[in-house]
Parts: sequence; C-alpha cells; structure tokens
Amino acid sequence: MTSQHSTVTHPNDPLPMIREKALWMRRRAFRMVYEARLGHPGGDFSAIDTLATLYFGVLRYDPAQPAWEGRDRFIMSKGHATGALYTALAAAGYFPEDWLNSYMQPESMLNGHPNRNYLPGVETNTGPLGHGVPVATGIAIAGQVTGAGYRTYVLTGDGELQEGSNWESAMTAGHRKLRNLTLIVDRNRLQQGAETEATNGLDPLDDKFRAFGWHVEMVDGHDHAALLDVLGAPVGAREKPLCVIANTVKGKGVSFMENQASWHHGIPNTEQFNIAMEELV
Amino acid sequence: MADPAPKPAATFDCRNAFVQTLEELAAADPRIVAVVNDSVGSSKLGGFQKAFPDRLINVGIAEQTMVGVGAGLANGGRIPFVSGASCFLTGRALEQIKADVAYSNYNVKLVGQSSGIAYGELGPTHHSIEDLAWLRVLNNLTLIVPSDPWETSEAVRWAAAHEGPVFIRVSRMPVPELSRPNREFRVGKAETLRTGGHVAIIACGTTVHLALAAAEALAGEGIEARVLNMATINPLDEEAVLAAAKTGAIVTVEEASVRGGLGGAVAELTSRNQPVPIEMVGFPGFVPTGSVEWLFDHFGLSASGIAAAARRALSRKA
Repeated sequence: MTSQHSTVTHPNDPLPMIREKALWMRRRAFRMVYEARLGHPGGDFSAIDTLATLYFGVLRYDPAQPAWEGRDRFIMSKGHATGALYTALAAAGYFPEDWLNSYMQPESMLNGHPNRNYLPGVETNTGPLGHGVPVATGIAIAGQVTGAGYRTYVLTGDGELQEGSNWESAMTAGHRKLRNLTLIVDRNRLQQGAETEATNGLDPLDDKFRAFGWHVEMVDGHDHAALLDVLGAPVGAREKPLCVIANTVKGKGVSFMENQASWHHGIPNTEQFNIAMEELV
Repeated sequence: MADPAPKPAATFDCRNAFVQTLEELAAADPRIVAVVNDSVGSSKLGGFQKAFPDRLINVGIAEQTMVGVGAGLANGGRIPFVSGASCFLTGRALEQIKADVAYSNYNVKLVGQSSGIAYGELGPTHHSIEDLAWLRVLNNLTLIVPSDPWETSEAVRWAAAHEGPVFIRVSRMPVPELSRPNREFRVGKAETLRTGGHVAIIACGTTVHLALAAAEALAGEGIEARVLNMATINPLDEEAVLAAAKTGAIVTVEEASVRGGLGGAVAELTSRNQPVPIEMVGFPGFVPTGSVEWLFDHFGLSASGIAAAARRALSRKA
C-alpha cells in the first residue's frame, strides 16, 4: 500500500536553508508567545536548531501526505515546546503560516500541547512527559517488524528523562537493537525551576545510554553542521539505537533569556519583545 | 451462604476464546500484532508466539512502555492487541492509555486480562475493580466487558475490524456459555436476555449469568425482572437504560467497584433524565482476603444477592 507522494528534497548543502529557517522559527515562535501571553519560549529556543536541521536537512516527508506510510517520523516528546514544533511544521508546509496566529486561542488547532487529530504533521499527542520515547519505540518496532525503511526521531527534554517510562523504553530499544530509532536529548541542563543536576541529576548521561545498549553522540545542539552530521548520517553498520545528546542553551539566541530557568514559560513584555527582535537577525 | 442453585454443566475461561480468535485473525491479517508485559502465559499467548514469533512483542515488565509501544505500532500501520493483567495495564499505564491511546485516538486494542477480583486471595493490588471507572470517562475508547466465550470472541473480532481505540475486559474466572435469543453482537447496544416490567437488572461480564439466575428466582415470587447484558460500557446504550428506568427500579451488577463503573454510568444517565431507585451490586472498594467464590458470595454477586438487591430496589419504587 503506497500512496501517491512526493518527498521533500533537501538541497545538497542544506545549511543556509537550515540557518534561515531556524532564525525565522525563533522570531515567529517568540511572536506567538508574545501575542498569546502563553508558551514555553526557553525550551522552544533550545530545541529549534535541532528541529530546523531535521525538517530542512534530514527528514523524508511529504507535507501534502502527512500519513504517507514511508515517512520518517519526528516526535516532540517535550510537547510544551509547541513554539518550536508549530513553526517547524508551518515552515515545512504542513499547514499555512497564518494558522500560527491562532496559537492557544479558543478552539484553535494549535493547542498548548500538540494534537495529531487537529494538526497535520503531529505524530502523537504529547504533553505529559515521558511519553514520546515509548511511542517512538513502538514506531521503530513496527518498522523493524515490517522492514519499512523509515527512520524515527524523538526529541526529549533533559529534565524529562527523570520520568521512568523513558528508561523502560530505552531498555526495550537497546534490547531490540532498534537501529532505525534516534533519540535526541535537548540537554539545556535546566528544568522548570532549577538545574537538572541540582534537582535529580542525570550525569553521566552518555554512560547511562551506553549502558542501556545505545550508541551515543554528543554535539553542540546549536551547531547546524554538527547536528546535520550526526542526524543525517545513514544508519550504516550501526546495530544499536542512536542517542544524540544535544548540548544546548535554554533561551538560545536572546541575551536576556539564555540560561535563565525563569524563561521556561516566561512571557515577554513589549520592551523585551522588541529587544529580542533586534537580536534575532 | 452459597447459592443452592446447581452449577451449570460447563464453564469456560474466556482467555481461551480471546487467544483462539486472535490467532485466527492474525493468520488472515499480517497487521495484527500482540504486545505483552511478560504476560505471554497469563494472557495465554504461547500459541500466538509460536505461530507468529516476530509479531509477539514482549517489552518485559514495563506497562507504560507496553501501551506507548502499542500506540507507536498503530502509527506504523500495525493493529496491536496490548494484553496484560488488567490491574497493571490500567493502573500503571493509565496516563499512557489517556494520552497515547484515547486522546491521540490511535488504533490500539487494549485487553485487560484477569480483571475484577479474578486474583482472589492475592488481594487488592492484583484486583482490577477500578478499571471501568477509570476508563469509561476517556473519550474515543470503546469499553467492552464480554460475558462469555462467544461474546469475548465477537468482541475481539469487532475490535480488530474497528478503526479506533478499544478496551476489552477479559476474565479468567470460568463462566457458562449464555443461551441467547439472537446471536448478534452489537457494540453500544444492550442485549435483552429476559423481558420483564417490574424491575430491570443491568449486568455485564461475569455477572450476567448470575443476573439471569436471579431473575429466574424472582419469577418464582411473581416478580418479572428484565435482564440486560450491558457488554458495552462506553458508549452506553442510553436508550436501553432509560427504557429500563421506566420499570421503576434498576439493579446494576458488575465485577467491579460500585463507584464509577456500570452502576455509576447508569446513575448519571437516569438521574438526569429518568430518576429511579438503583441498587448497585459490586465491590465497595478494597476487599478482604478471600477466594473468588467467597468474595462473589460475600458481596452479593450471586443469584440470591442480586435477587435481594432487586427486592430492595422494588421496595423503594415510587
């Protein structure tokens, strides 16, 4: 059963496009938060470079056929980072950009956390933490059972890894050698109220995943070339699931937001909004 | 005191009907897979595993992952039957059932095995009397409580063909095969197993045959009890419940908590539309140590207990 589809083609050198889209996503997401007076801009900004790299340099998908069976899957497990996800999906062509204007408005399809039944391109409804990795594991198992060639990518926050369900699934994925599965950890080291290491420490995170049977790569999560290298590399001979620990900065790109836990769900006033727009160029 | 009524000649473990039907369906449809939490044996899926080794996904003792993986398999075009002891499947993974299955509206079939108080002496940690209350409030999730092997088999067949989330509650307690006027399985429709206008007994699952025995006993006293098999708890057959309320007295019977399950559903509906005295037969909450038989008898899940509840409901009739 193959439906008619035309997969997006990424340019031979996608880096200029990734850079351009990441900048647009930051500006647009911040405007969404500013206008809605709601959102999670800190975590949006730590993840946006990863999403821009995936949607404009790595993933195979057809925005006109969101249910195409052969698509690569991306799951935003930190479902609160809708500023990052919705701008990525709009930029990728899943829905018109002006839908973003309705962010969190009554009866909008752009809820505070994504809903696949409303919004094309959303694979599963996330929001409660620790749900994305189990679902991504199931998608990867389906690919393993059927021999389908798609790949599954899931992005979690780092604080989110305090949820035990992730580690259940990390065991399962390691045990089943799900080489078609990639987990990206948005390692900004801050959770809602404090540093992860001061709350319930995760380090040494790479060793934990290795011990669970994963291949681990560490990258600068704001370096598009580095992200493209690890996320875009073919599976090749790798016989394990891949964990990419993306070292990031919460609020990356706006001086007063960077590394400030208060910007987890901080809302800019007009002055802050204007400063951010001046900096995001 | 045990019922004097003789035991029916033959009783069946509905898990057998579940696996036989699933194996049959899986042979015809390669999309069907089973997902378990180290529960191959307790779900009786050994035969399935032998026949379809690549399609039996055992995630180990990890219910949250089991349900999430089920949703992921549905995303990947599979038809997953996620099967585990109902107490752990629903209790441990309730948020996954809510978010990944019901709210995401994935085509996942959840099979709660050995539900109710089937684990008897093992106690309330292993009982699953809360599952109906927890699950029936979730949108999109069709909630089926089969009463015997035939209905279990039909429910599994229907679930496989239906596009959307389903929960099927399967018991390990032996039950007789019910004799039915029409062998027609209809989801969302109550099955009238006995007509009567004095009182209506609305039962589900393992208690339906007991409700029929109670109605038989009541007939001896000149009380004509209607018996409805309410195999689908969600969506509820509101028409049948409101028609039952017109008898002026209702008894609900379930191998579940009397708080929030079938009785709760009937009470919600009737109180808004057709207020009527209701007696709820089930378990009051965590139960004391006892065998399945003892617990059923002690809490009135018996022909005599249900008949007594019917008399109480009748005495409250306006």
